[in-house]
Amino acid sequence: MRNIWTIARRELKLYFISPIAYIVILVTLFILGLIFYVNILAAYMQQYTPPTIQVVIGPLVTIFLFSVPALTMRTIAEETRSGTLELVMTSPVRDWELIIGKWLGAMIFYLVILATTWVFAIELNLIITPGIDQGLLISNYIGLILLTGFFISIGVFASSLFSNQIAAFFTGLGILLSFWLIGLPSQAMGTFGIDFLSYLDVGNHFYNSFYLGVIDLKDVVYYLTGIALFLFLGKAMIEIRRWR
Amino acid sequence: MIGYLPETVPLYPEMTVLDYLVFMADLRHVKQSKQRAKDVLKMVNMEDRQTGYIGNLSKGMRQRIGLAQALLHEPKVLILDEPTIGLDPSQIIEVRSLIQELGQERTILLSTHILSEAQQVCNRVLIINKGHIVAEDSPEHLQARLTGAQRVAIKVQGDSDELASVIAATPGVTLILPHPNGELEFETALGEDVRAQVAKSIISAGFDLLEFHTVNLSLEEIFLQLIREEDDSFLDSDSAVSSHKNRREGIKYA
Repeated sequence: MRNIWTIARRELKLYFISPIAYIVILVTLFILGLIFYVNILAAYMQQYTPPTIQVVIGPLVTIFLFSVPALTMRTIAEETRSGTLELVMTSPVRDWELIIGKWLGAMIFYLVILATTWVFAIELNLIITPGIDQGLLISNYIGLILLTGFFISIGVFASSLFSNQIAAFFTGLGILLSFWLIGLPSQAMGTFGIDFLSYLDVGNHFYNSFYLGVIDLKDVVYYLTGIALFLFLGKAMIEIRRWR
Repeated sequence: MIGYLPETVPLYPEMTVLDYLVFMADLRHVKQSKQRAKDVLKMVNMEDRQTGYIGNLSKGMRQRIGLAQALLHEPKVLILDEPTIGLDPSQIIEVRSLIQELGQERTILLSTHILSEAQQVCNRVLIINKGHIVAEDSPEHLQARLTGAQRVAIKVQGDSDELASVIAATPGVTLILPHPNGELEFETALGEDVRAQVAKSIISAGFDLLEFHTVNLSLEEIFLQLIREEDDSFLDSDSAVSSHKNRREGIKYA
C-alpha cells in the first residue's frame, strides 16, 4: 500500500511541477466556460426552462474523452523508454502496486480538475431560482468520477503496451472511442447481440443513469469492473516485460 | 540487497535531485528517506545541487546521482555497468576515485571496456570473452602470470645492438628486444632479479645509462594475449595484436 502511495504521489507531483496541470485545467475551464455562457445566454433570452448542471457535464465528458489518453500516455511508456521502469521494477514494488499507483496519481489529478468545475455549479446556483437540483449534481459527479476512473485505467493500460507515447495515445483513444461508440451498431442492426453491445457502451451507463440523476448499482458495477479489467491487463503487460 | 546502476542512468529529468532520491528511497522502504537522501548526496559530493532539476545536470553529475541512487539502501553489493562511459577526463577521474572510496566498505562489481580503469580501481579482474571467463585474478597476479617474466626498459647513449650483446652476456636474461636510438627492453624469469648485474655491466662496457625502469604489461596486452589463446582467427586480423606479436618475437636467448 505504501508503494502505491509513493508512486501516486510522484505522478501527481509531476503534473504540477510541469505546465501540464495548469494548461489542462485552464483549457478545460475555458471551453466549459464558453459553453456555459452560451447556454445561460440562450436560456435567458428565449425564456427556456432554466438550464441544469447537465450543460457543463455533457461537454466535460467529451473533453475527458480526449484529454485522458493525452495525460495518461506518458505514465508507463515514458518510464519504459528512459529505463526508469527497470529501476522501479528492481525495487521491492509489486507490478500491481506500480499500475495502481500510476492510475491513482492520474485519478487524483482528475479529481482536482473535477473540483475546479464546481465553479459552474456554484455560479448556476446563484443565477437560477430556486437554485440547482443538488441530487442531480451529486449523481452527475459520482458518475463522472467512475467514468474518469474507467478512462484512466484504459489510458494506463495503453501506456503499458508501448515505449512510444504517441502510439500509447492513439491506442488509448482508440479503445476509449470504441467503448464510446460500441452501442451504435446495435441500434442500427437490431439483431443478435444488441443487449450485449449496448451493455458494453460506456456512454449508456452514464447518460441513461447518473446524468439523469439515477444511481444504479449495475452502472457502478460496470465501471468498477472496467477499471479492474484494464488495470489487470496493464499489470499483465508489465509482467510480460519481466519475463522477456 | 543489491545496488544497481545501469549503463544509461535511469533518472527522471523533471524531478529535483532531492525529490528523486527521496522517491527512490521510499520505494525501497528506507527509513528516514529524506535524511538518507541527503547523506548519499554528501557521499557523492552533490549536496549543493539538491534543489536543482536533474534535467539541468551535466553527464558526470547525473552519473553521480545514479551512484547515489544505488547507495540509498546501503547495499553490500554494488553493480555498476560502465560507470565512466561518455564522461570527460576530469569527470572520469572523479567517478573512479569515488568508486574506490565506496569500495572500501562494500563489494563493487564493475563492468567496463576500459582496461586501464579495471587496472586502476579493481582488486580482482575477470576477463570474459564470448560469454566465458578466460581469466580471473588480481590485476598484478594476472600480469605476472601471463608474462611469466619481469621486463626492464633501458635507454643509453649509444648503439642498441652493442648494448644487446652486452646484456645477453648477463646470465638470467631470457629475452632481448632492441629498439632504435639506444633503447632496449629485456626480460628475466620472475623472481630472478638481475637488474644490479645488468646495470653494472652496462656501465663497465662504457655506456652512459640514461634510463632504467621495469615495465609492466598493461591489461590491454594481457587481454589481447588471452583472447588470442582463445580465438586465433579473430586476432590475426587485429593490427594492434600483430604489433604486439612482433615485439614478443624479439631475439630469444636461452
